[in-house]
Amino acid sequence: MNEVLEQKLSTEYKYGFVTDFEADNAPKGLNEDIIRFISAKKKEPEWMLDYRLTAFRHWITMKEPDWAHVSYQKPDFQDIIYYSAPKPKKVLNSLDEVDPELLKTFQKLGISILEQERLTGVESRIALDIIVDSVSVSTTYKETLAEKGIIFCSFGEAIQEHPELVQKYMSSVVPYTDNFYAALNSAVFTDGTFCYIPKGVRCPMELSTYFRIEAAGTGQFERTLIIADEDSYVSYLEGCTAPMRDENQLHAAVVELVAHKDAQIKYSTVQNWYPGDKDGKGGIFNFVTKRGICLEENSKISWTQVETGSAITWKYPSVILKGDNSIGEFYSVALTNNYQQADTGTKMIHIGKNTKSTIISKGISAGYSNNSYRGLVRIGKGADNARNFSQCDSLLMTDQCGAHTFPYIEIKNNTAIVEHEATTSKIGEDQLFYCKQRGIDNEKAIGLIVNGYCKDVLSQLPMEFAVEAQKLLEVSLEGSVG
Amino acid sequence: MLSIKNLHASIDGKEILRGINLEIKAGEVHAIMGPNGSGKSTLSAVLAGRSEYEVTEGEIIYNGINLLELEAEDRAREGIFLAFQYPIEIPGVSNINFLKTAIGEIRAYKGLEPLAAKEFLTLMKEKQKLVEIDKALISRSINEGFSGGEKKRNEIFQMAMLEPKLSILDETDSGLDIDALRIVANGVNKLKSKDNATIVITHYQRLLDYIIPDVVHVLYNGKIVKTGPKELALELEEKGYDFIKEVEEVEA
Repeated sequence: MNEVLEQKLSTEYKYGFVTDFEADNAPKGLNEDIIRFISAKKKEPEWMLDYRLTAFRHWITMKEPDWAHVSYQKPDFQDIIYYSAPKPKKVLNSLDEVDPELLKTFQKLGISILEQERLTGVESRIALDIIVDSVSVSTTYKETLAEKGIIFCSFGEAIQEHPELVQKYMSSVVPYTDNFYAALNSAVFTDGTFCYIPKGVRCPMELSTYFRIEAAGTGQFERTLIIADEDSYVSYLEGCTAPMRDENQLHAAVVELVAHKDAQIKYSTVQNWYPGDKDGKGGIFNFVTKRGICLEENSKISWTQVETGSAITWKYPSVILKGDNSIGEFYSVALTNNYQQADTGTKMIHIGKNTKSTIISKGISAGYSNNSYRGLVRIGKGADNARNFSQCDSLLMTDQCGAHTFPYIEIKNNTAIVEHEATTSKIGEDQLFYCKQRGIDNEKAIGLIVNGYCKDVLSQLPMEFAVEAQKLLEVSLEGSVG
Repeated sequence: MLSIKNLHASIDGKEILRGINLEIKAGEVHAIMGPNGSGKSTLSAVLAGRSEYEVTEGEIIYNGINLLELEAEDRAREGIFLAFQYPIEIPGVSNINFLKTAIGEIRAYKGLEPLAAKEFLTLMKEKQKLVEIDKALISRSINEGFSGGEKKRNEIFQMAMLEPKLSILDETDSGLDIDALRIVANGVNKLKSKDNATIVITHYQRLLDYIIPDVVHVLYNGKIVKTGPKELALELEEKGYDFIKEVEEVEA
C-alpha cells in the first residue's frame, strides 16, 4: 500500500504550468494609491472608487479571523500584487483574437473541447466568461443571450454599461463590512462576472466562468453578482484551476446572488486549485464569501460545490431565506488530501414563513488533512413553519487525517422543524475486498466507493460537470488509502 | 482445476487451517461441511485472497498458477468467484455500474475490449432471467437495504454475470427461507457446466438437496477429516458433528 501511495503522491499536479505573457502589474502592497490605481486602470466612475475606498478604510480596522479550524502563516497583505492584467493589444471580441499562449493555457486546462466545438461551429450550450489574472478576457455567446435580454459580462463591463444594476445590487447581500476578506475584496477586486436574467426568462444555457490565478504572487480578488428577476431561472457553473507556485497564493472572492419572486438560481462549483505539494508546501488560500438571498416569495437558491483543491479552504455558501416559501439548498463534497485544510459549510438564515432548507455535506479526508464542516441554521422569530434538514457525513481514508463537524442551530420560532444527521465512517476494508473479489483493483474500488458516497451531491451537478467532478475525486484520491 | 496441498493459514498469529488437502476437477461440485469454527470461512477467504490471513505453509495451484502469488483482484480476474456469506453494502454505487466496472476490468486483464453498452444490457437481461432476480434490485445500490435473501440472490446474479471458473459459495443458504433457497440453488445449477467447478460451503445438508455434490468433505479443526460421496452429508445430518469429533479424537 505504501509504495502505491508514494508513487501516486509523487505525481505532479496535472495543471501545474506557467504561461509567459506580459502582465501590467501594480506595485506590491496595498494603500489608497493602489486602489486609485486599480480604479483608474479600469476607468471606473467616481462612485465605484468611493465604494472601494470606504471598504478599504473599514478593512484596515478589521482583524483577520482566526475562528476557523485551520492553521497557516497569515499572508503579508503588503507583499501582494493587487492588479495584474495581460496587456491588451486590442479589444478582444472572440477567442480567435486571444493570445495563443493564453489559448494554450486553456487547452492544458481541458477547455479545448468546448473551444473546438465552438471553432467547428458545433452549438455548445455553455457560455464561457474567461478570467485570467483578474481581467475578463473574453465573453462568448453574449449575442445569443442578449436576444433574451440576459446580461452576462465581466464585472468591469457591468460597471460601465449597467451602473444602475450594479449600484442597486452590489454589496446588498455581502456588505463590505461583512468580514475581513469581503472588505478586502470590496476594496481591491479587479474583475469578475455579472449576470442579470430579466423577468420571466429561463436562461437557455448553462453559464460558466473559468477562473485562473496566473501571475506569481498575485492575489485574485474577483466578484460575481447574479440577479434573477421575477420568475426567471439560471444555472451557473464555476470551475477553477491554478498553476503550481511555491508561495501560497491568496484568493478572496465575493459572490452575491439575488433571487426575486418565483426565481431560481442554481450555482455549481468545481474547485481544484493547486492544493500544495505532498509536504504541504505551496497551494492556494481560498477565502471566499458566497451568499445568496431569496428576496421574495417562492424563490430558490441552490449551491452545489465539489471542492478538491486549495491548501486552505474557508468558505460558507449561504442563503438568506427572506421571501415566504423560499427554498435554500447546499450540496457539498469537500475532499482534502496530504496537508490540505478545509473549513467549509453553509448558513441557512430563515426569515420568511414556510421557508425550507436542505444541507447535504460530504467530507472526505485523506493523508494528513483536516476537513471540517461548519454550518449554521437560524430560524428567525417570524419564520413560521420553517423546515431544515441537514446531513453531514465524513469519510476517513487514513488514520492520520481528521474530520470535524461544527453544527450551530439557533431557533427563535417554536413551529420550526430542524433535523440534523451526522455520520463518520472509515473507508471499509470489507467494501474494498468485496470490490477486489469482483476483479476491481484498489484505485478503482476507492473511486467507486467515494463516488457512491458523494452521489447525492454529484447528482445535483449538470451532466458535463458531474462527469468531470467524478474524475476529479478519483484523481485526487489516487493512492490515498492507508 | 484446483489443487490444495498441506495448506496452513492463520490470522493474528492463531492457526486456523492446519494442513488442508483438496483436489477439484472441472465439472465437479464439492461440498465442504463442518461445525462452527472449523475453518470453512477461513478456507474461502484464503482462496479469495483476503490479506488478513497469512498462509504459513502449503500451496494452492489453480489451473497451473500458483494462486498464493496473485492479488485478490487478479484471482477474481482469473475466474475465482466468492459468493459472500455476508454480502457487503456499498451505498450510492448501483449494481449495474459495479458489474460494468468489474466486467470491464476482467476483460481488460484478458486483453479484451470492454463490452459495448448494448451487449452488456443484453447479457444482464439474460442472466437476470436465469437467476430469477428482480429487475428493480439490479438498478439499486449494491445490497443497500436488501433483505438477507435478496443479498444472496444478488451474489448469484453477480456470479452469473462474471462467469467464473471456480465458484465458492460461502454459507449461501444461511438466512434463506425454502423458496429463496430453491431459487438460489436453481441459479447455481443452471450455471454449472463441465468447464467450471463449485465449492459449496455449508452447515446443513438442506442446500445439498438442491445442489447435488459429487464429493462431500468434512472440515473439523482446520483439517479435512472425512471425504465421501453425497450420502456422507446425510449421514452427518443424522448423526451430527459429534460423530466426526469422536472419530477425530479416536484417531488422534
